[in-house]
Amino acid sequence: MKKSIRIGGGAGYAGDRIEPAVELAEKGDLDYLIFECLAERTIALAQQTRMADPEKGYDPLLAERMEAVLEICARRGIRIVTNMGAANPVAGARKIAEVARGLGLVGLRIAAVTGDDVLAVVKAEDFPLTDGGEPVSSLGDRLLSANAYLGAEPIVEALAQRADVVITGRVADPALVLGPLIHEFGWSFDDWERLGRGTLAGHLLECAGHITGGYFADPGKKDVADLARLGFPIGEVAEDGSLVITKVAGSGGRVSAATCKEQLIYEVHDPRAYLTPDVVADFSPVTITELGPDQVRVQGAGGRPRPSTLKASVGYLDGYMGEGQISYAGPGAVARARLAADIIAERLKIIGVPLREVRYDLIGIDAIHGPGLSAAAPEPCEVRLRVVGRTDSLKEAVRIGNEVEALLTCGPAGGGGATKSTREIVAMLATLVPRELVNPEIHFFGELK
Amino acid sequence: MKLHELAHSRAGDKGDTSNLSLIAYDPRDYPLLEEYVTAERVRAHFAGLVHGEVLRYALPGLGALNFVLHNALGGGVTRSLALDAHGKCLSSALLALDIPELDGRRPADGV
Repeated sequence: MKKSIRIGGGAGYAGDRIEPAVELAEKGDLDYLIFECLAERTIALAQQTRMADPEKGYDPLLAERMEAVLEICARRGIRIVTNMGAANPVAGARKIAEVARGLGLVGLRIAAVTGDDVLAVVKAEDFPLTDGGEPVSSLGDRLLSANAYLGAEPIVEALAQRADVVITGRVADPALVLGPLIHEFGWSFDDWERLGRGTLAGHLLECAGHITGGYFADPGKKDVADLARLGFPIGEVAEDGSLVITKVAGSGGRVSAATCKEQLIYEVHDPRAYLTPDVVADFSPVTITELGPDQVRVQGAGGRPRPSTLKASVGYLDGYMGEGQISYAGPGAVARARLAADIIAERLKIIGVPLREVRYDLIGIDAIHGPGLSAAAPEPCEVRLRVVGRTDSLKEAVRIGNEVEALLTCGPAGGGGATKSTREIVAMLATLVPRELVNPEIHFFGELK
Repeated sequence: MKLHELAHSRAGDKGDTSNLSLIAYDPRDYPLLEEYVTAERVRAHFAGLVHGEVLRYALPGLGALNFVLHNALGGGVTRSLALDAHGKCLSSALLALDIPELDGRRPADGV
């Protein structure tokens, strides 16, 4: 057994930069490289894509990312774990095998993890939704997808069967890291303390640059050098689950106690009970120590037995969004923008657009923090009106943007830069599914040696 | 004095719930944060923007607090009409909270 395992966080969201993962693979002395690319809604959108084309529904950047790192990882023996399979891990695995062939790589073993798609189960059992308690059937034919958050077990199993690349759909983000740790160190699935520590490692690495100085800079208060060449993180984890966060020497960004603290609390509610499919992790006793430049020790996490149910994200269609924007500048800009907003409100009544919800934002004044928190701010020299409404049909959504655009001939003086857009809303709710109703499976692809 | 002088923050989102960390640059300032930045003050600060309960969790070992703001994201990230649907900018709104310089105590220098 190795004394410690080095895991790189290669992407923190679907559109993340590609070069930092290449740098990690080349210079990070890694054992594993993970890519976390699956936001809450992404899987529902991917499900729509798959319905239109059964060979699609995996992450659209999958091939590009794999083309960038696969050869390096194969040469250096770095294993890849990613949730880029989205709604179609099997097609994703085939795509990776195709990329491998194109690169002349022979003998790469690619494992696809399925079983997170629980739409049939959720429909059959009609579980209550966690917000409000209405049954899933209340969504009617608007229901799109249901995906349970799988834990580390199928990833461990795939690695035990010598997978070089593991591609999953919906799994808990920290499981991308916890899986390799359990596999390498032989941790027991009821060693709650170690699972809690491994989960913390995963939580810290899964947002990639979020812990190396990305999304952190505040000039004069929190300065970060060279964000254009931000290095992504490396977690060095020992058998007892203790963790050091670092990055490739010479890369941009920084790893400090402060960057680690921000990421530790990110998307956490009760730090004593961070719920995952594998463990209820306890981050409250954690201490953070700077060992040297860009080297931070994070230790002390605990854990308690895992929940008996798995959370599943439920995607559904929730009408349409129609939006229009227009700018006003110079003396009287705010008064003209407010007049424009009043005109639109009246117009939407006159032409009879049924709105389930509507917002009138003045970008530059109150669009972000609302009128209360923005009240004391001085008047800016330019402002942009944003009108956005929720409608039942696309046709109605279109009319919102059209009305904003028509301010160019019928509205206040000096409006410019009008834009309009519409989109179908895919919204997410959650439900809880008993574990025994969820059955992960592993499928292997690629040419064997 | 604004919280921005003493502490940094990052916003996270899950459904219609936002969480905001508040981390003292200097751990010696943590007791001041703990004393002054209560869940009630934060709820009042976000009046009109956050419609549900505000809970506070303490991480004294990190010199940090964590605020969990319910009904804060326009019905949820995926359906919100807000320009900043994730509420990413709420962290900056928290740092705009005014705090008094209590009992002659001053923020510790530096980061």
